Amino acid sequence: MKTSLRINGEERQLDADVRTTLLDALRQHLGLTGSKKGCDHGQCGACTVIVNGRRINSCLTLACMHDGDEITTIEGIGTPDNLAPLQKAFVEHDGFQCGFCTPGQICSATAMLEEAKAGWPSFVSDDLDDIDTLSDEEIAERMSGNLCRCSAYPNIVAAIRESVKETAS
Amino acid sequence: MTLHLKLDNPDEENRLDHMAQGVIGTGANRPDGALKVSGQATYAAEWQRPDMAYGVLVRATVPAGKVEKIDASAVEAMPGIVKVITDPKLLRVPAQGMADAAPAQGNDEVLYFGQPIALVVGDSFEAARHGANHLSVSYLPQEARLDPDAVQTERPEGKQSSQGDLDGVMKTAPVTLDEVWTTPGHNSSAMEPHASMAEWDGDRLTLHGSYQMLKYNRNELADSLGIDPKNVRILSPYVGGGFGSKLGISPEAVAAALAARDLGRPVRVVMPRQQVFETITHRAQCRQRIRLAADETGKLLGIGHDNRVYNLPDEGFAEPVTQATPFTYAAENRAIGQEVATINRVIAGSVRAPGEAIGVPIFENAMDEMAEKLGMDPLEFRLKNIPETPPGQDIPFSSNMLAEALRDGAEKFGWDKRNPTPGAVQEGEWLIGMGMASAVRVNMLMESKARITLTAEGATVETDMTDIGTGTYAILTQIAGELLGLPMEKVTTKLGDTDLPPGSGSGGSFGAASSGTSVYLAAMELRRQIADKLDCDEADLTLKDGQAIAANKTHALADLVGETPFEAEGHIEPGDIASKAFQATFGSHFAEVAVNRHTGETRVRRMLGTFACGRVLNEKTARSQCLGGMTFGIGMALTEEMLFDTRDGHVVNNDFAEYHLPVNLDVPKLEVHFLQERDPYANPMQAKGIGELGICGAAAAVTNAIHNATGVRIRDYPATLDKILPYLP
Ligand code: FES
Ligand code: FES
Repeated sequence: MKTSLRINGEERQLDADVRTTLLDALRQHLGLTGSKKGCDHGQCGACTVIVNGRRINSCLTLACMHDGDEITTIEGIGTPDNLAPLQKAFVEHDGFQCGFCTPGQICSATAMLEEAKAGWPSFVSDDLDDIDTLSDEEIAERMSGNLCRCSAYPNIVAAIRESVKETAS
Repeated sequence: MTLHLKLDNPDEENRLDHMAQGVIGTGANRPDGALKVSGQATYAAEWQRPDMAYGVLVRATVPAGKVEKIDASAVEAMPGIVKVITDPKLLRVPAQGMADAAPAQGNDEVLYFGQPIALVVGDSFEAARHGANHLSVSYLPQEARLDPDAVQTERPEGKQSSQGDLDGVMKTAPVTLDEVWTTPGHNSSAMEPHASMAEWDGDRLTLHGSYQMLKYNRNELADSLGIDPKNVRILSPYVGGGFGSKLGISPEAVAAALAARDLGRPVRVVMPRQQVFETITHRAQCRQRIRLAADETGKLLGIGHDNRVYNLPDEGFAEPVTQATPFTYAAENRAIGQEVATINRVIAGSVRAPGEAIGVPIFENAMDEMAEKLGMDPLEFRLKNIPETPPGQDIPFSSNMLAEALRDGAEKFGWDKRNPTPGAVQEGEWLIGMGMASAVRVNMLMESKARITLTAEGATVETDMTDIGTGTYAILTQIAGELLGLPMEKVTTKLGDTDLPPGSGSGGSFGAASSGTSVYLAAMELRRQIADKLDCDEADLTLKDGQAIAANKTHALADLVGETPFEAEGHIEPGDIASKAFQATFGSHFAEVAVNRHTGETRVRRMLGTFACGRVLNEKTARSQCLGGMTFGIGMALTEEMLFDTRDGHVVNNDFAEYHLPVNLDVPKLEVHFLQERDPYANPMQAKGIGELGICGAAAAVTNAIHNATGVRIRDYPATLDKILPYLP
C-alpha cells in the first residue's frame, strides 16, 4: 500500500505490505535502522519515535495508518558529528552501555520534556500545578516505558537532568 | 612481532602506573558513544541486502516426542513464501559458552517446548511470520519430565566436597541454622533479540550476528554446518547486550546459514522476543539448603551449602551455585554439594555471574539470619569470619579486600544508623529497613590476542573481542593510548570480526583483563620497537601526546614511524599462576527499602556498593557495569521470575509484559565506590573483572533490608507482595 510520510523533515514514499509496522517500515524499507526492535509488542520502548509531536511505540502501529504524518526518529535528532544536547549528555553521563535501548530512550526523553513543559502530570506528580521543575523521580517515572537491561537508569536520569538544566539556562 | 606471555608469576613491574599519558583509569567517554546515541551503530538485524530473504523459526509445541511430519505444502503455497527449511542440521539448543563445537542438532526429536524445528523463509518479514504461524506439524508425543522437584536427581561426584564433620558440629554447636531457599528461573533479557544475517560467497560464509565470544562461535557455526572454520567469518561489532545469552552460537545463526546456502541468497533470521525466552539459555530455578553452626562469640564452626539445579538431557552445564562458598568465610567443618535433575525444559546455561548470582545472595541471607540468632550486627558477624587464606587450600589469596569493602560501604552508607529491631522504623504507611551483604566473584584470565598498528596518524587496535556494553572500545583504546602516549582520539579500536586476532571474548568478567592484557602486550612490544629506533632501553622511554622522549631528547612519534607502520601482536595465556594464589573480587552491598504496610509493596530507596576489582581501567564504564549488576540484584529480589507451565513445560511469561525487569522508577540513586587495589597475580595491568561482581550478593542486601523493615524472611524469591503482606506486623 502506498503511504507518504514526512520523516525527519523529508518527504518519503513507502509501498509496503499493509501488515508492515511503522517500525519495520523505518528499519526495513526506509533504511532508518536507528529505531530498535526489542520486543515488537509495545513492552520495551526501544522502537520509540515521535509522531506529530508525541512519542509512540512504532512497533504497535501500522505504517499505512500514518499517511501524511510528521515523524521524528533518532536520525532526525542529531548525527555523530552534530549531536543534540541530549545526545551529548547521554555520552557524557554514560546513559547507555550496549546502546540498544538508547535511540528509544532519547526519542522518548525528547518528547517527554515537551509533555512536561506542556504541564502533563505523571503518576508521581504531587501537585498538578507545579510540574515544570522535574524532580529525578518525575524523570524516572516518565521514562519507565523504556526498558534498559544494561540498567543505565541512574545515568539516563542524570543525562536528562543535565539537558533540562542546559535548556533552562 | 608477537609479545607472548604465559602468566606463571605475579607481575612485579606494574608498568601502567609509570606511564605519562594519564588516560588509563579515567572516566573517559566511550569512543562508540556518538554512534550509539545517534542510532548509527549497526547491530546484527540491521544488515540488509537487496535480494535478502527473511526467515522465522517455528517452535515445537510439545515438551518431548518425535516429529512425525512437517507438512510444508500449504505454507509454501502462500504468497511471499520462498521455502520451508527442515534441515536436520538445525540446532536444537544454543551452544553453551566456550563449547567450541556444535550443540545438539536435529529436528526429528523434541526435547522441550519451544525447540526450533523449522525455518519459514519469505520474501518479506510479514510473509515469513505469517507462514511460520501456520506451519502444520504433527508429533508422536512422549512422556516428559517437567517438574524438577518431582524427578530423580543425580549427585555428580565432582560436585561434592566436605571437610571435618558438619553433621557433628550441627548437633553440638550452641547456635545453628538449617534452612531452605528457592530462586526461580532468570532470563538474561538482553534488549537486542538474537539475530543473524548470513550470506555465502561460494564456500565462504559471512554471518552478521550478535555474539559474545567470536572465536568459539566461529568453530561452533562451522561444526554445525559441517564446513571448515576457515570459511566462516562472523561480525559482531556491536552487541545489544549479552549477559550470557549470546555466549554460544544459537539456532537463528545456523538456520540463516542453512537457508542462505540452500536458496543462494542472503537470509536474515531474527528471533521474536518470545522465542528468546523459549529457546535461549536461562538460569535454572534452584533450591538451596544452607547449614551454619557457630560458637557464642559468632565464630563459624560449620558451613553447609547444598543445591539442586537442572538441565536438558546431555547438557553438561550445571549452575555452579556454590562457587564462592569455599572461600568466602572460614569454618573448619564444611559440606558442599549439588544435585542435578534432568528435565524437558528450555536449556539452562550462563546468565550474568553463573553461580554467584544466586549462590552468594542466598548464602548472605543465611548469614543475616544467623547474625540475628547470635544477637550480632550482621556486619560484625561477617568481619569476624573472613578467612586469612582460602580454606582448604595451601595458597594465599592474591588479594582479599572483603573486610575493607564491608567497612567502607558501611561507613558511606551510614550502617550505624540502622535500628536492629525489625519493624521498628516507620514513615507513614511505609516500614523502613536496611540490609547488607558481601559481594564475591571468582576472577579468571583467558587466552587472548590483539594487534596494534602504529602509523604516523595514530594507532589501530584490532581483535575479535566484543563490546557487549561493557566498555571494551573505551578500555582497549585507553590501554593502547596510555602505553603509546597517544590521546584517545589518536587510537582507533576495531572489534567483533573473526578476521582479526582472536581475543578472549566477553564472558565470566574476564574480557577486560584478558583482552586488555593482549593489547597491553602488543603495546609493550611497540614500545620496544620505538626504543630500538631511539637506541634506548624501553624502560627509559617516555611516550606522551604523540612524542617520544629518550635521553632528554624529544622526537615526534609520527617522524619515528615514517612510512612503514610499526606492527605488533600481543598474546596472553593463563599459565600456572592460579596454583600460586587464589584470585577473586570482593565487595559489599547496602540497601534501604520501604515496604508498604497496606500492600506489601517493596520500594528500594537507596543502594550502595563498594567494590575491589584491582585496577579500574575506566572509572565511568566500570561504574556503569556495577549499576547494571546491582539493578539485576533488584530485579532478582523483587520481580524477576520465569514461570513454567507444569503440564507442558512452556515458558508462561515469555515477554516483557510478564517477565518483570526493573524499570527506571524501580531503580533509585545507586552509589558505587571502588577501593584502590592492584592485583599482581591477575595480569600485568593488575586489573580484575567487574562485569558481574555487582550482581553477586545484591539481591540479599534488598531482602535482608525487607526483613529489617518487616520481620519477614524471604525464602522463595522474588519478594512479591503475596510473600510479604500476610506476615506484616
Ligand atoms: S519494540 Fe516496540 S516497544 Fe519493544
Ligand atoms: S544500554 Fe543496553 S539496554 Fe539500555
